[in-house]
Amino acid sequence: MNIPVIEASGINKSFGDTKALKDISFSVSKSEIFGFIGPDGAGKTTLFRIITTLLLPDSGTMSVLGLDSRKDFRKLRRNIGYMPGRFSLYQDLSVEENLDFYATVFGTTIEENYDLIAEIYSHIEPFKKRLAGQLSGGMKQKLALSCALIHKPDLLVLDEPTTGVDAVSRSEFWDMLGKLREHNITIIVSTPYMDEAMRCDRVALIQNGSILAVDTPGKIKEGFTKKLYTVRSSQKYHLITSLRRYPDTATAYAFGDSVHVTFKNDMSSLNLAEYLRKEGLDDVRIDTADAGIEDRFLELMNKEND
Amino acid sequence: MTDDKVIIVKNLVKKFGSFVANDNLNFEVAAGEIFGFLGANGAGKTTALRILSGLSKPTSGEVSVAGFNAYKETELIKKNIGYMCQKFSLYEDLTVKENIILYGGIYGMPGALIRQRLGELLTGLKFRGYENRIIADLPLGLRQKLAFSVALLHEPRIVFLDEPTGGVDPITRRQFWEMIYEASARGITVFVTTHYMDEAEYCDRISIMNEGRIVALDTPGNLKKQYNASSVEEVFIKIARPAQWSSAT
Repeated sequence: MNIPVIEASGINKSFGDTKALKDISFSVSKSEIFGFIGPDGAGKTTLFRIITTLLLPDSGTMSVLGLDSRKDFRKLRRNIGYMPGRFSLYQDLSVEENLDFYATVFGTTIEENYDLIAEIYSHIEPFKKRLAGQLSGGMKQKLALSCALIHKPDLLVLDEPTTGVDAVSRSEFWDMLGKLREHNITIIVSTPYMDEAMRCDRVALIQNGSILAVDTPGKIKEGFTKKLYTVRSSQKYHLITSLRRYPDTATAYAFGDSVHVTFKNDMSSLNLAEYLRKEGLDDVRIDTADAGIEDRFLELMNKEND
Repeated sequence: MTDDKVIIVKNLVKKFGSFVANDNLNFEVAAGEIFGFLGANGAGKTTALRILSGLSKPTSGEVSVAGFNAYKETELIKKNIGYMCQKFSLYEDLTVKENIILYGGIYGMPGALIRQRLGELLTGLKFRGYENRIIADLPLGLRQKLAFSVALLHEPRIVFLDEPTGGVDPITRRQFWEMIYEASARGITVFVTTHYMDEAEYCDRISIMNEGRIVALDTPGNLKKQYNASSVEEVFIKIARPAQWSSAT
């Protein structure tokens, strides 16, 4: 029963001199929402193309749904729903025609699996005669998801589904993914946005073709063991350059309206207020804070660069 | 204080036929301010942005950008603003140096000034060694930093940024925001449009548009307090209903 839905081991892939993926190993369990979090160029799309049998790795093994992605690719493709990063719909077909097309390609009908997509498709069904090219970003995303689901796949692969979509639609989209889990569908999803990690059961942080960490979002945050401070001032640029010059500062990174700071030793924060006052910053506020996924990502990147 | 305001918008209305894309907008942006301009797809941001950058004229209302009138002085507005978007800013098959020279020429800068700025950029940004590389071969982070520098080449009063840090790694992202802070500290107004509410958190003030109107305008901190939210994202979800259909792309 506990056979992983995806079992990747030692995957390498190069394009010319560029090593896109370096020794990637991970496994995904049934009904998990598993996120790959990393910037553009980290290797997310290459990895997803290998998982979906569209690319072969140079070395390593990839088992998906108990099948070998190299040998059993035909069988595997029937059981995967893939939503690529670039808009995957036919712009000059209507909403309904797109969905019908995908159903037909997979030898099924809209009616047969309607219950699976009902909740998502109902948002766009009133506009089913409209051309896909004329939909808003959020609507396109819902249609693309409906199309990827119409053949009732066991595994759903979503490559940056929320890029370029507004915050309200993004939040709705994650709610939908949560509900799909109830249908026993396993979901892997990639995003460059750290805050979306919290919507996943487990995440892999990926950068420069390597996985930096794999765990639950909570455990990833716990990996950040240094004491973290937030420092605020209305003079943001002056604040951050002053913090950089402070001899006991280990790291100082802008985070929204504050700067996240760690020190070389725990006592350094005591003298910081005085130092910043001397630097001419008289509206400084210093607080302690809990680290987020992005703090941990930065820490892991720095280790990598050392 | 009025000459401290580089953008003044009073009762701005923009109609396309019977469709009201901007419905009586009012706001001001100060010199050196980092101003976030948010809204769901189709809320009317692009329409307003085109007016502020001199590409389109208002139907009615008063709009002044860098001291110039948005009806009569659109060419002067264009000369005093910079623009950078994530998708396209630099010519990919030109080198770093060629892009800088090209944009300097487009902005009508004298040759001596272009050469001076070129020298400054290549040392200041650690682009030395990259100057003869084509843009397509540059790492994404470096490319975006260069695009920002090029948008500031002619020392504009205002720079418009469209999702400036989308998709870059967290370290590059911080370096980028530090460049924005530095520009702001020099008095350049930074006008940011974005779908990503964590980018909005970096702004001094933000406005949120919905169906052609501004429905909220304040500092991120005050908005979070007012809507009892822990993030700008939560504020946004509470007040911005996405338009069902967007005429924008």
